[in-house]
Amino acid sequence: MTAMTPTTTPAIEVRGLRKSFGPVEVLKGIDLTAHEGEVISILGSSGSGKSTMLRCINMLETPDAGDISVAGEKIGLKRDAKGHGHIVDRKQVERIRSELGMVFQSFNLWSHKTVIENIIEAPIHVQKRPKADVIAEAEELLEKVGIADKRNHYPSHLSGGQQQRAAIARALAMRPKVMLFDEPTSALDPELVGEVLRVMRSLADEGRTMLVVTHEMGFARDVSSRVIFLHQGAIEEQGSPEEMFTNAQSERFRKFISA
Amino acid sequence: MDFVFFYETFITLISAIPTTLQLAATSVALGTVLALGLALCRLSGIAPLDWFARAYIFVFRGTPLLVQIFLIYYGLSQFRGVRRSMFWFILRDPYWCAIIALMLCTAAYSAEIIRGGLLSVPHGQVEAGRACGMSRFLVFRRIVMPLAIRQSLPAYSNEIISMVKATSLASIITIMEVTGVAAKLISETYRAIEVFIVAGAIYLAINFLLTRIVVLIEYRLSPHLRQAPSLQPVAAGEMK
Repeated sequence: MTAMTPTTTPAIEVRGLRKSFGPVEVLKGIDLTAHEGEVISILGSSGSGKSTMLRCINMLETPDAGDISVAGEKIGLKRDAKGHGHIVDRKQVERIRSELGMVFQSFNLWSHKTVIENIIEAPIHVQKRPKADVIAEAEELLEKVGIADKRNHYPSHLSGGQQQRAAIARALAMRPKVMLFDEPTSALDPELVGEVLRVMRSLADEGRTMLVVTHEMGFARDVSSRVIFLHQGAIEEQGSPEEMFTNAQSERFRKFISA
Repeated sequence: MDFVFFYETFITLISAIPTTLQLAATSVALGTVLALGLALCRLSGIAPLDWFARAYIFVFRGTPLLVQIFLIYYGLSQFRGVRRSMFWFILRDPYWCAIIALMLCTAAYSAEIIRGGLLSVPHGQVEAGRACGMSRFLVFRRIVMPLAIRQSLPAYSNEIISMVKATSLASIITIMEVTGVAAKLISETYRAIEVFIVAGAIYLAINFLLTRIVVLIEYRLSPHLRQAPSLQPVAAGEMK
């Protein structure tokens, strides 16, 4: 399923990832390797832990156990007496986050900034790149996601689909090594889903490394290079979309996709 | 109606407006800094800081400002230690005692306003900042604070107005701001109605200007809450 040679450093490597919220164990030991250029769709019913898994990769949730490496660099974690994980080096986590582009279900654009201001904010203030270059690049990105005319609009003046495309442009402006999508189309009206999926498809065609938590079966089947099915905090089955959608071993996954 | 007396009173009281404005501006400015600290203590999640801020707000909101002014001006000077301390040059001056009392009081009210503003910032926008690799401080400076200020401004204008009015209490400890000068005029002329009408009108005018200024600031800071100028209407269901 992974065409890459094993000698290349994986873009993301997850080993034995565990996470509990109170008494509920949401992730029960996840292993995942994403090589450069792979598009991995993560499927599963709600509560299966797929969003939590994605959020653990950029430490928006701190794992209780397990190792996460981004481009070969392991994120430092320590455990306290209660078994909760803590970040060792905040600076390291901030640097790694800036290399991972995150797209949220509810867009989370900064409401007091215009579209262009949203996009240039982090490249200027986090990456300290020159403003003129960042603006030029931001305008190209807006062109690419098809909302160049909304440059000076505030998020509240845009449709959900336009907001999500702006959010994708914001993530891309950081020149991320990997893009993380957390149910990017779940908050959208059905007629707006297509415009966001088209942008994501074009990113996949460019060869970007992407982890996509989604309910869009069409995207998972046609665009991704690998499909992972989570059930109750564990990987139930994974494989190429062809194998998974025509010949899945898991009874649950067959039910899941026919539902 | 003795318009000449009204006019003369007005001219006399005008000279006291700078003192009133200074008292209000200095105490609000210093009080805001203190209030931000208190609000952050309340939200810190660190129990001793939280309880300190709670106790502070409880005491200063729950007691009259006049009593606080008396305690600071008359009360502190009773202690020999205070009179001999390095702060005596401040604490023996009624002007600074008034500013300290006003500042401590407004901080208690403003802390709750600021806390409300900070709590109103959507968590998703904070998370988006963290996901971009922003440090906590950068998220606070670039995302949380600007949004919280916008949210707090309407309530804050109330607090500024009540501070302008509260400066009149400083006249009790001999400060010649508008009310102090008015009281002195009355003791000389016994014409309380005219003098206090003029004094009241001056406070009204100051607060009118202040509210206009705050509304203007609010307008300038909130273009995202208005309809875009050249916007074709988007589907209502899509408005955030």
